[in-house]
Amino acid sequence: MPVDQSLVGRSFPPTGAVEVTADRVRAFAEATGSSYAGGPAPATYPIVLAFEAMNAFLEAEQVDLFRIVHGEQRFAYERPIVPGDVLTTTLSVTSLRQIGGADIIGTSSEITDASGALVCTGTATLVHRAGE
Amino acid sequence: MTTELEPRTFRVTRQDLVAYAEASGDHNPIHQDEQVARSVGLPGVIAHGMYTMALAARFVEEHAGPGRVVGFGAKFVKPVVVPVEGTEVVVSGVQEERDGVATVTLSVTCDGVDVLRGCKATLRD
Repeated sequence: MPVDQSLVGRSFPPTGAVEVTADRVRAFAEATGSSYAGGPAPATYPIVLAFEAMNAFLEAEQVDLFRIVHGEQRFAYERPIVPGDVLTTTLSVTSLRQIGGADIIGTSSEITDASGALVCTGTATLVHRAGE
Repeated sequence: MTTELEPRTFRVTRQDLVAYAEASGDHNPIHQDEQVARSVGLPGVIAHGMYTMALAARFVEEHAGPGRVVGFGAKFVKPVVVPVEGTEVVVSGVQEERDGVATVTLSVTCDGVDVLRGCKATLRD
């Protein structure tokens, strides 16, 4: 089933606030063969927050995660994420088009800290292959 | 000023993908389960695009130091297929400084084929 066109421009409810811990950042760094001794999290760490928002969006729209592949990802950082940050992510759908039976979904996820200041914006293109 | 950064080869195994799924929260079964991956037209278990991008980020940050990336992006143009015996991803990059802004343009390949396109990091001082 194709994704509903009326989604474009819609913002989804923000995720619950998540506290970044050194343990979680270390696990992320180690999963890619790196190490972590404190300080700024690796540059792609914001995906952990953005992914949670994306998952909530897919669930709300009853889209199966296994039908999604990642087409493109960009990050614009206001500052690095560090342990102790309490972060909230708000996802909006920015574009939607259909190519060859696949939905190409553009999303933007704004990650803000406890003071409400923007920390990072992640923009993603998700490719959804609808089932038969 | 243009500096070529020494290329690096990263080994990727299915076990790494399990650890990455756990650490990132991305439990999409196409990164774990051959059957599910094939059912959606993929050639087999593939690495998370963000796993490959994390390797590219690691390459940049091990060179430039942590916390300096202000912009980073890539298109995932080819899946990184991870067979049972694992695979290798090769990252190379060129750093350019112009008007006080440093950018690293990356080439990321698997089996000699580009898997990311337009992969570029912008750094702060």
